[in-house]
Amino acid sequence: MTDYNFAYLDEQTKRMIRRAILKGLAIPGYQVPFASREMPMPYGWGTGGVQVSAATLTPDDTLKVIDQGADDTTNAVSIRKFFERTAGVATTEETSKASVIQTRHRIPEEDLTEDQILVYQVPIPEPLRFLEPSEVETRKMHSLEDYGLMHVKLYEDISRHGQIATSYAYPVKVEDRYVMDPSPIPKFDNPKLEMAAIQLFGAGREQRIYAIPPYTQVVSLDFEDYPFEASKADAACDLCAATDSYLDEVITDDAGGRMFVCSDTDYCRSRRAAGHVGALGTAFDEDAA
Amino acid sequence: MTTAIEIPSAVTPLLRVTDLNKFYGTRIGCADVSFDLYPGEVMGIVGESGSGKSTLLNCLAGHLAPDAGQVLFDTRAEGMRDTVTMSEPERRMLGRTDWAFVHQHARDGLRMNVSAGGNVGERLMAVGARHYGNIREVAVDWLGRVEINEDRVDDRPTAFSGGMQQRLQIARNLVTGPRLVFMDEPTGGLDVSVQARLLDLLRGLVREMGLSAIIVTHDLAVVRLLADRLMVMKDGHVVETGLTDQVLDDPQHAYTQLLVSSVLQV
Amino acid sequence: MNAMIEIAGVAKTFTMHNQGSAVIRVMEGAELSVARGECVALIGASGAGKSTLMRMIYGNYLAASGSILVDGVDVAKAEPREILALRRETLGYVSQFLRVVPRVATLDVVAEPLLAVGVDVAAAQARARELLTRVRIPERLWSLSPTTFSGGEQQRVNIARGFAHAYPALLLDEPTASLDAINRETVLSLIEEAKARGAAIVGIFHDEAARARVCDREVDVTAFTPGLA
Repeated sequence: MTDYNFAYLDEQTKRMIRRAILKGLAIPGYQVPFASREMPMPYGWGTGGVQVSAATLTPDDTLKVIDQGADDTTNAVSIRKFFERTAGVATTEETSKASVIQTRHRIPEEDLTEDQILVYQVPIPEPLRFLEPSEVETRKMHSLEDYGLMHVKLYEDISRHGQIATSYAYPVKVEDRYVMDPSPIPKFDNPKLEMAAIQLFGAGREQRIYAIPPYTQVVSLDFEDYPFEASKADAACDLCAATDSYLDEVITDDAGGRMFVCSDTDYCRSRRAAGHVGALGTAFDEDAA
Repeated sequence: MTTAIEIPSAVTPLLRVTDLNKFYGTRIGCADVSFDLYPGEVMGIVGESGSGKSTLLNCLAGHLAPDAGQVLFDTRAEGMRDTVTMSEPERRMLGRTDWAFVHQHARDGLRMNVSAGGNVGERLMAVGARHYGNIREVAVDWLGRVEINEDRVDDRPTAFSGGMQQRLQIARNLVTGPRLVFMDEPTGGLDVSVQARLLDLLRGLVREMGLSAIIVTHDLAVVRLLADRLMVMKDGHVVETGLTDQVLDDPQHAYTQLLVSSVLQV
Repeated sequence: MNAMIEIAGVAKTFTMHNQGSAVIRVMEGAELSVARGECVALIGASGAGKSTLMRMIYGNYLAASGSILVDGVDVAKAEPREILALRRETLGYVSQFLRVVPRVATLDVVAEPLLAVGVDVAAAQARARELLTRVRIPERLWSLSPTTFSGGEQQRVNIARGFAHAYPALLLDEPTASLDAINRETVLSLIEEAKARGAAIVGIFHDEAARARVCDREVDVTAFTPGLA
């Protein structure tokens, strides 16, 4: 196992990434360029998040990796195994036991604490990219707080769909300064961006790192007459009966059968362990889980 | 630098340009340009391609940094301010509130992948409008003022004719009630019949809103109809200024005489 | 002695830069004084400088020297914006040619000088309708652009426009040319009404009967032509 430097990356690279992270924390929401490295996995598989995690992990950390809320999807399993092998850190599926959580597209349902770090995988870090293709211009717009364009996007949404149809990667303004893409989390998760844990965002292909320090103000952009709503499917989890969690719709057969389940697998499991049973669920069985 | 510059005068000019110079290496862009523009005045700048008129316009509008000289603008809050030494955020704020810039090619001044309503609403949102219904109402009102039917509000400019795109660009620029409009060949590239309609529209808006405007064009017929005053440029220098009809009917400078006598009579 | 228009020592030269820089002296020592309520006719042979003098009063031609006071503003030296204000408020000009933006309705063409001095749209249009009726432009043409009209109709639209606002000073260049008897009569009454309200008028009339009827004095501009006086 000692064939790898701790957490795969060499120490100089990790220092470079840590500097970017610290700068990001100092300027909440600001996209810090960094020299993204080639990783032994393709872009789009979380190379940005992996590099941030590698620079963040210490040997004493306990790592949790989720993809769309689940610990058991290919992407999550691969990344977890990658760090088990290259850093030898402990891993867990339990949100509360993790000190570093790398995530793709979700924020865990359970409130995070000041002892935790949440690392996001980000595909496109620039929230203005949709309307302004020039990087030179978008950087200038950020530096000048020239954000009218962001509301143009929301305006277009309403004029075309009758409502703000953006349901994920919903833009936010951080500490009343930078407009930021929260990565493709569902807008249901947006209110959770104001949290006790440190949040770090890594975009490998785009070579950007940004951050939200604990307890930072994060406001979802909206209109007075079309206020932001953290929406989710209007149902309860069919396994654990939770009504407060973000739900995935699962098609169960070819006859239109479907069920709603928590996208956060750990949250669902722990609720069922505590005795909650959903409409289609069975009593929790430790061995079956 | 936020010190207001005092101008001793009964009526304050809206824009005061002093000794403006712009060089491209050793080549002259425009040299030693000075003039005052008063509220409600429309000034035309004419000259052939390469005469420096577009360079001058871009220096005035803050798109190019002049090498020397001042461009003083009578700001609402602080009176006369030199926009050349102003910070970029301040200049941009002017650019979306008190100033407007109408490009020759509508696609340079419009967002082609955004609806007409979104195009008109952008400046409102940029200065803080956050009520969708109100923004849309204002956008529809402005589309009407530039003779674009309300039912086109959600169409993209790519579906519009050249004349409509130009009118949309004007609506997008005037929606925040600017006091100074820069226009670069606003009727260039349009059919003659479309030009006439646009000219009439611009004249009406200038009068109703009390706009001041600086119009760069090589079309003497356009300035005769739109501009109160004229500035004739050649090789980066201003060779003649005066009342539009006086300069056109009784040109004093050799170049102006040549320019005026070269126009084909219809 | 408080003349509305007061001209002293005015000279005019044209320098033809593109024709060997030939300098043509067309006027020297022009003097003219027009009181309120007075109509003065400029006379002289064709080319003697009647139109030139009139254009200088309007600021359309640049005087080489001398002073041209209109309501106290020296047009020969004034800034463009001062001349523009003078033209808007004080000094009207009915030229022989109608120059307007194509496609603008006749009614709006006539109402425009009133809108420019701040009259509201309804009142301006009411006045425009009244004048168009007087000069016998059929109502069905009011919504059309005058650029498509006949010469006589254009001339009448031009007159309606020139008399829309009650300018204290008026310049009339052949206002009765190409008009039939009945319209000529209307124009002469308009001039008489303007005089009665105190307008100072300078006119060029080839129509001698018209001149005799409305003009108080004649000034022969030949006296100001270099080499002829």
